[in-house]
Amino acid sequence: MTTIGVLALQGAFREHIRSVEASGAKGILVKRIEQLDEIDGLIIPGGESTTIRRLIDKYNFLEPIRQFGKQGKPIFGTCAGLILLASEIDGSYDVHLGLMDIRVRRNAFGRQRESFEADLDIKGVADQYNAVFIRAPYIEGVGKEASVLATYKGNIVAAQQDNFLACSFHPELTDDHRITEHFVKMVEEAKKSLAS
Amino acid sequence: MAQTGTDRVKRGMAEMQKGGVIMDVVNAEQAKIAEEAGAVAVMALERVPSDIRAAGGVARMADPTIVEEVMNAVSIPVMAKARIGHITEARVLESMGVDYIDESEVLTPADEIYHIKKDDYTVPFVCGCRNIGEATRRIREGASMLRTKGEPGTGNIVEAVSHMRQIQSQIRQLQSMSDDEVMVYAKEHGAPFDLLLEIREEGRLPVVNFAAGGIATPSDASLMMQLGADGVFVGSGIFKSDNPAKFARAIVEATTHYDDYKLIAEISKGLGTAMKGLEMNTLSQDQRMQDRSQ
Repeated sequence: MTTIGVLALQGAFREHIRSVEASGAKGILVKRIEQLDEIDGLIIPGGESTTIRRLIDKYNFLEPIRQFGKQGKPIFGTCAGLILLASEIDGSYDVHLGLMDIRVRRNAFGRQRESFEADLDIKGVADQYNAVFIRAPYIEGVGKEASVLATYKGNIVAAQQDNFLACSFHPELTDDHRITEHFVKMVEEAKKSLAS
Repeated sequence: MAQTGTDRVKRGMAEMQKGGVIMDVVNAEQAKIAEEAGAVAVMALERVPSDIRAAGGVARMADPTIVEEVMNAVSIPVMAKARIGHITEARVLESMGVDYIDESEVLTPADEIYHIKKDDYTVPFVCGCRNIGEATRRIREGASMLRTKGEPGTGNIVEAVSHMRQIQSQIRQLQSMSDDEVMVYAKEHGAPFDLLLEIREEGRLPVVNFAAGGIATPSDASLMMQLGADGVFVGSGIFKSDNPAKFARAIVEATTHYDDYKLIAEISKGLGTAMKGLEMNTLSQDQRMQDRSQ
């Protein structure tokens, strides 16, 4: 069975597990580096990106996660997870994993009172998808390796680059599992091609 | 069409805070220490609860200058406290763009009967509770997040433990009840019947429930997580300790890895003195903040 880990340092990790299991894969909480060996794909959940980064540093997760991604294993970042995947943040702010060629702005829609939900079309994944944005970032631009999957009012809110998937909203907060299902498919395919 | 201030957006914000520590701060410098230590949010206040306790008199919403100073200092969410029932303090904080309002018994209540009708607001609210009745009434008024009341500003965990255990045990009781038993339970606890049915179904509250009121050490934070808290508020515990930055980091780590006792032993070494605590039986009835609302 395909096993998907959810980085469980801080944030909405339990909801992602629920969504992974509803999409037909096995979900495990990842709190230690060794656990990366037990999983086929990784989800970096929403939470506070600064907090998650502190804990990633504290437990030396940064390099092992980078290696995990560079081996071709899929990683899906939502909200804070998207910020962690980006190669450029707010122009100059310290970059975290830098695995995706995307330029990100944090809290791009404003503070909590500006947080919102809206319906989006996600290219090749889901139409009329109810997306929940919470103090969300957006992608200001993507490099030529990355493709845009969804925009909201002209701003990029979902993108994919090879084995990396990122969105600025929270698929785990609704019962619509289409994006997670898309990621599970990515993981199954990567698993097959890595095994061959 | 985009919709702001929906339940999903307000409750979701609290979901993102799970497994994290929210710290009380009184200025920009403390806010930065908290952010640096890995806090998921800060609570901007004029005084931490133990100083409110010591000062006596009427405790009100903080001076907006302090709230603004803290908002400008950090990129993590900023919460602030309004007095129970004080509609205007809450509206003022909302207008400033505060990310979460704590309708809090730490401040002197403005209304002894009515809480704020919180679902009228775009900004989400957190409220304190000691039992399933208080929890469900606050949720029905529109709270998007809960926390135990504990006994704020005492550095004594005993009340927070009792409130967390009480709620967890009441959720378990509900799960074994039939509909007619739930109805009587609703009457006895002043709890909305339909909300109790929902809790019985899910086996948990529909919003995040943090621990608060008396957490002073990394072990305290771990204890509350084990009892089922979704995260931890630390009020006086950090900036009334000997070494705030170190305490803050240690409490964050103990909250993440609450069941890793070796690690908690390690991070607890040489932390210096925790805040000086208070025994519950030294508090007179009018000093008990938890009794200020029901």
